[in-house]
Amino acid sequence: MNEAAVATHVEQTATGYDNRKLFMWIFLASECMFFGSLIATYLLYRGRSIDPPYPGNGFTYNIPYTSVSSFVLLMSSLTMVLALSAIQRGDQRALRVWLLATAFLGCTFIGGQAFEFTSFVQKGVTLKQNLFGTTFFVLTGFHGAHVTVGVLMLLSLFALSMRGKLPQSSSLNVELVGLYWHFVDVVWIVIFTLIYLVKV
Amino acid sequence: MATIARPLPGAMPRPSFGRTIWGIMTTVDHKKIGLMYLTTSLFFFLVGGVEALAIRTQLARPDQHLYSAETYNALFTMHGTTMIFLVVMPMGVAFFNFIVPLQIGARDVAFPRLNALSYWLYLFGAILINTGWFVGAAPDDGWFGYANLTTLAYSPGHNQDFWFAGLQILGVASLIGALNFAVTILNLRAPGMRLMRMPVFVWMTLVTSALLILALPVITVALIELMFDRQFATNFFNVNKGGDPVLWQHLFWLFGHPEVYIMILPAMGIVSEILPTFSRKPLFGYPVVVFSGVAIGFMSWGVWAHHMFTTGLGATANSAFAVSTMLIAVPTGVKIFNWVFTVWGGDVRLKTPFYFAIGFVAMFIIGGLSGVTHALVPSDAEQHQTYYIVAHFHYVLFGGAIFGLFGGIYYWFPKMTGRMLSEKIGLTHFWLMLIGFNMTFGPFHMLGLDGMPRRIYTYPTDRGWGFWNMVSTIGAFTIALSILIFLINVVVSLRKQPDAGEDPWDARTLEWTIPSPPPEYNFAKIPVVQARDPLWHQKLLRRYMAPRAETIGEQKVEEEPGHIHMPSPSYYPLITALGLPIMMYGIIYQSDNKGLWGVVGAGVIVLLLGAFGWATEPT
Repeated sequence: MNEAAVATHVEQTATGYDNRKLFMWIFLASECMFFGSLIATYLLYRGRSIDPPYPGNGFTYNIPYTSVSSFVLLMSSLTMVLALSAIQRGDQRALRVWLLATAFLGCTFIGGQAFEFTSFVQKGVTLKQNLFGTTFFVLTGFHGAHVTVGVLMLLSLFALSMRGKLPQSSSLNVELVGLYWHFVDVVWIVIFTLIYLVKV
Repeated sequence: MATIARPLPGAMPRPSFGRTIWGIMTTVDHKKIGLMYLTTSLFFFLVGGVEALAIRTQLARPDQHLYSAETYNALFTMHGTTMIFLVVMPMGVAFFNFIVPLQIGARDVAFPRLNALSYWLYLFGAILINTGWFVGAAPDDGWFGYANLTTLAYSPGHNQDFWFAGLQILGVASLIGALNFAVTILNLRAPGMRLMRMPVFVWMTLVTSALLILALPVITVALIELMFDRQFATNFFNVNKGGDPVLWQHLFWLFGHPEVYIMILPAMGIVSEILPTFSRKPLFGYPVVVFSGVAIGFMSWGVWAHHMFTTGLGATANSAFAVSTMLIAVPTGVKIFNWVFTVWGGDVRLKTPFYFAIGFVAMFIIGGLSGVTHALVPSDAEQHQTYYIVAHFHYVLFGGAIFGLFGGIYYWFPKMTGRMLSEKIGLTHFWLMLIGFNMTFGPFHMLGLDGMPRRIYTYPTDRGWGFWNMVSTIGAFTIALSILIFLINVVVSLRKQPDAGEDPWDARTLEWTIPSPPPEYNFAKIPVVQARDPLWHQKLLRRYMAPRAETIGEQKVEEEPGHIHMPSPSYYPLITALGLPIMMYGIIYQSDNKGLWGVVGAGVIVLLLGAFGWATEPT
């Protein structure tokens, strides 16, 4: 246990895992059920819209565009790993660079999503229009909200680091945000595949 | 980090009202929070009880019109919602809070401030969902809130807004609590407290937490979909746009059936603590009881559609769920045999907690048997929507959960307060409640098989349902009387009863090794656990290895300093918790006035301020 050795005041736990790390893992299990339920709803209502436009009837996805923004989000997982590695080495400068890079990539993804939502609405797909609009916006919207929360946490970490309050010994804080961030990325892979790539 | 001198300081500040209130608002002590959960849930038990009495009074005789049918709908909806989300679940949590850290030899839960946050969210959610009563829009579509009855087209008022908003907050409260207890149990066990040495109550808390962690997000999504349908005109349950109301049923019951076990497993844990203590025998087949509890937890995920046998899912689905439902009776039955064999041949002491535990087992058997009759699809089709169902779930939830929880109150009251509850008044309470309970809910079996439907406001004389309904109403008032006697018992016992001492029941587990009520730091020295039922183990060693007794079981983990570090009090949980109800009130009323989005924003700001203050607070 690398970080337990570094942190001075971590108490011995019965499992050997830090309380907060265990908490985050179990919380992510709960999040699986959350997104699982939203995805199940999406799949159930797939192809059951009555009013157009919906995929296959007057609407097509811009798959290259969303692929690029998905790639951006996946790359943010790489920068997140680099941020964690930086703080574990005690390299504050690299930590700040990679935290900002991760937040920036996250923001780019959110911006891309905002643009995509706008273009959908211009094509006539709204929350109210049909089941496709309802399920698409609620599922991807809640994912976007998760990314936003992640960006807020990343920026908080960055602020802490700037004020010198994120020493090497609290690398666990970065690791926890990282766990959450990777989870949100993985969920996006599932959502992207199911919504954009799998044919109806 | 607050520091407490190990011997309590001689000069304590005088208690004052203001200081007490401030103490409650900022406490992070699991024992105080446990007592806050207990008193709040008992208060809502009275509220739900009054609602039940109003229902029974209306149904006492045929053709009565004491109040409007709309009020009746609100009454049964709020009775169910209150008893499930505001009474049985939080009362279980009250015991998790007070007892689990003591039973595993910990000084607090893993996240004391999150624990306070759970409580405040529970309180605010409870207040929010009951706000409906005061603005003339109490939820009135049943505790299950079937869409599309609950969508805007069929429930135009704010009634269902209060329902989804309140449940959403209560869900967050339960989720945070469950995460906290899962981590506490896995991580904060004292040295030697291996998983298979944990008291069964701790095990059941762990299983319940796992169920909550996985089941709550499902209803969260269902409630989000309902909220979006109502507030933002989406189409999840809008049939005109292809929406499917059966989706609500699936999501609700996929949460709702694990929920049933979330309510009963804590009571099963309590009973598994009481029966061995008062039979002076270790729990019969401890590993089997534990694994049965875990098995129930797993299987509870595969039975939800038995709530939907008449929805028309088709023969294959119905058969599969019928089989899984019958199978889940097996681990439950195994537990019942284990309890019976625990008492069998034991040196039984007939104290009040023991009576309640036996009451639990007996009533739960009746409820379990009627439950098996619902597992048979044709039989269920006959019973569906009748009072027979109402009889079944009251036998498992009142006869089961509530009896178990009251047993827990009688068992742990001395530990919580330092006073014994009066045995004499306690037994009066027990017998009145048992008789009243069977008078109230026993006749429902007959009424149900006779075809009396659920949720009807009144019924004509010529149906012949008048007699059993009158019996039931008398029974309901008998229960009310027994609860009054319980409250008198609490008040009288707190004043008159002698000190309980550390271990009034000659009990088995770690909470009885420390003073009653326990000091803030619980254990002066963290105990080292050498066996299951550690206190009995210690007592036996003392008896048979007398001279060297003092060294056994009191080995220290490490030489501890003269001061014990405890988490500091904090008001940030309260502030953070306030954000959610503010947001929810804004969301409820934004459909009347878009300017109220400002209120939602204010709620978000309060939430973020609380969270940032929390994160930067020195601990």
